Amino acid sequence: MTIRSKFLVAAVATLMAGVAVPAMAVTLRYANQGDLKSLDPYTVNETTTNAHLGHVYEGLTRRGKDLSIQPSLAERWEISEDGLSWRFFLRKGVKFHNGNPFTADDVIFSAERVRAQGSNFQTRVPTNSEWVKVDDYTVDVKLKSPNPILNSQWDTWYILDKEWAEANNAVSPTPAAATTPSYASLNANGTGPFKIESHQPGVKTVFKANKEWWDKAEHNLDEIVFTPIGSDATRVAALLSGEVDVIEPVPLQDIQRVNSSANAKVLSGPELRTIFLGMDQTRDELLFSNVKGKNPFKDKRVREAFYKAIDIETIKSRVMRGMSTPSALMIAPDLFTYSKDFVRPKYDIEGAKKLLADAGYPNGFEIGMDCPNDRYVNDEAICQAVVSMLARAGVKVNLMAQPKAQYFGKVLKSGNYNTSFYLLGWTPGTFDSHNVLHDIEGCRDNPQSSRGESNLGNFCNKKHDELTDKILVESNKEKRDQMIKEAFQITFDEYGYIPLHQQALAWGVSNKVKLSQRADNSVLLYWATKE
Amino acid sequence: MAEAIQAAPAPQAQPTTWAGRFLDSDIWASFKRSKLTMVAAFVTFLFMAAAVLAGLAPQDPFDPAQLDLLNSRLPPLWDAEGQAPFLLGTDEQGRDIFSAILYGLRISLAVGFLGVAFSATLGIALGLIAGYVGGTTDAIIMRVADVQLTFPAILIALLVDGVVKSVLGGQLDGMTTLSVLVFSIGLSFWVQYARTVRGSVMVEKNKDYIAAAKLIGLPAPVIMFRHVLPNVLGPVLVIATINLALAIITEATLSFLGTGMPETMPSLGTLIRIGNNYLFSGEWWIIAFPGVALALLVLAINLLGDWLRDALNPKLR
Repeated sequence: MTIRSKFLVAAVATLMAGVAVPAMAVTLRYANQGDLKSLDPYTVNETTTNAHLGHVYEGLTRRGKDLSIQPSLAERWEISEDGLSWRFFLRKGVKFHNGNPFTADDVIFSAERVRAQGSNFQTRVPTNSEWVKVDDYTVDVKLKSPNPILNSQWDTWYILDKEWAEANNAVSPTPAAATTPSYASLNANGTGPFKIESHQPGVKTVFKANKEWWDKAEHNLDEIVFTPIGSDATRVAALLSGEVDVIEPVPLQDIQRVNSSANAKVLSGPELRTIFLGMDQTRDELLFSNVKGKNPFKDKRVREAFYKAIDIETIKSRVMRGMSTPSALMIAPDLFTYSKDFVRPKYDIEGAKKLLADAGYPNGFEIGMDCPNDRYVNDEAICQAVVSMLARAGVKVNLMAQPKAQYFGKVLKSGNYNTSFYLLGWTPGTFDSHNVLHDIEGCRDNPQSSRGESNLGNFCNKKHDELTDKILVESNKEKRDQMIKEAFQITFDEYGYIPLHQQALAWGVSNKVKLSQRADNSVLLYWATKE
Repeated sequence: MAEAIQAAPAPQAQPTTWAGRFLDSDIWASFKRSKLTMVAAFVTFLFMAAAVLAGLAPQDPFDPAQLDLLNSRLPPLWDAEGQAPFLLGTDEQGRDIFSAILYGLRISLAVGFLGVAFSATLGIALGLIAGYVGGTTDAIIMRVADVQLTFPAILIALLVDGVVKSVLGGQLDGMTTLSVLVFSIGLSFWVQYARTVRGSVMVEKNKDYIAAAKLIGLPAPVIMFRHVLPNVLGPVLVIATINLALAIITEATLSFLGTGMPETMPSLGTLIRIGNNYLFSGEWWIIAFPGVALALLVLAINLLGDWLRDALNPKLR
């Protein structure tokens, strides 16, 4: 054989090898306006991050396309007569991505870790509950007081591998305010339908399908490539050109453009998230204000003035292009029967000025505002509109709009609630009012309790909290709803928060992709198929 | 005979006033010859006048109380849906694009001039010292300059901007952000001045007038700044003009990337960033007009710089 023919044979062999690959791997490319900062599932309790990590990690339960609770890592559970003891039967034969078997030890470890300092998910597991391993696949949870909705948020309480965490110095959760990444924030080891192939924060994250997953996969994907694309126009261009298959959100101004294109469409619907403004009502002096020696937000008149200075209808028509539902409550109307009994106080700029003058601020004052710029639909634009509306009432607002990674690190518990006035969005993880009353509107004064964990401004009312505790254990729906209404009425009358609106879902989806849209805005690609 | 005497030209009188001397100079002559330069100078002048007179604009875009959401996203006046007084339309917050461009020009030019002044001062001082003192001092300064030259200026500006902001921390007001921008742009452009000045100083310092100054015992700083400096300023002026355009572009780039001026106090770069979100939605005026203004300004200043370089170059005369 001459050298030349050898070369030829080699070339043909290479070519054949190329042809021999059975089918093209199916890759789905997904772009979100915000980044996936940390892979540690206990760092930030935020829907987008939870959805990303839901591909890799799983909870004892999961939620279906209609948000119903389904068994996941726990096959079934039993509740004792007195409601103080829950027994969970774990699924057998489940393996973590590194091959370790999933057992009761992992559940008990995760229950400890999720309650530890630095976790943003402390509300997932009652602080004073006791976790007992019965055998490798049975866990008992002993409660101090009954909690009928104990497992309603466990779809986003992800179970970690104890052995993996201990071997990699990842036993304590990574706080959102952490400045150096921990092992768990850069690596993941779950039981879910996808594994993390590579993770470059701010650049891209590649998920590979987990062929050994315990459940039957609904998707036909081999790979998901996630890229954050902050710029609205670039994100839309990427979808229209076919460079990515799914984007979230589609900027409101581009919905028509996407729908009129030949290769993509917008999936839209009402979202369960409420966007609102919060005010620091706990410090004796605000961190970011020119008012010294007192906190203007402790005066109800000031809070009422802020509320009335905001023209929500104009925000709806101009900033949200009609794609929002102004809200008087901190919960979406779909989640609470009596929502329609609450009506927002009318926009009244003169009234606001008068209230401020009565409160002792005839010339207004200066205040710093915190706002994310890549988290909610038009978040920064809403904040700017609020700045100019409050300016008319004489309040000078210094706006600090940042990417969510920095924003959450500053304003959440791990950043010591370092804010005076902020914009936030909230979907109750339980899809029930109790979560809002407890996490967002509950007093933060007991360090032993996780109540008020996301109440960044610490609006606090004791009667409200007593009602919240009764609501938790009340089983009569009508009585329960009445109590919920009463509790919401307190927040409403106190102007504890300024609810703005429920935004609309807008996902851009290539015509090659089929997927289900869940009303909590979780983009879950394990339900996606691609041609 | 008398005729012959008359024919001998009388020596031209030297103009004595400052303006007279200027009008008589080669530079003015060269300026008058170049139509393009005259246009560029006119455009630059127009922009500067616009920046100075920005206060007369129909709206103060930095005052949130003057923005009305109900005026948001209006097209330019000549469009059927346009509304007075919004000549070039409005953005999503109801900010008048025309006023925003005028105020944005103010920031762009201020950052440009201050940035150039800062980098020129730093560069000239270091260049003079390096060239005049020589030895180890020279080596250290020039090696630092060489290292810095290996990075693109925008990268250094981004780096300095990021570090300073994280050191200052918290909420920065408009003026602080502006100072940080000037500082970071100044730090990224000093090298060219230093190298040019150093080169010229090396030539000048061996000339007789310097030797004379040394002989009568003048201290080094006096020789450097009073005697050497005026003789090396020509090339510095050329670099400064071209760098003015570069500094303006750098500021716009930083603002476009979101690390410069905030949206509540937009410069031209910030306006382009805002407008960039509407590229696909038909609201073209939000990005087009600030973009055109920035391009024109930078082009005009660059043309002036090119002309100045040629005019001051004796070899091209």
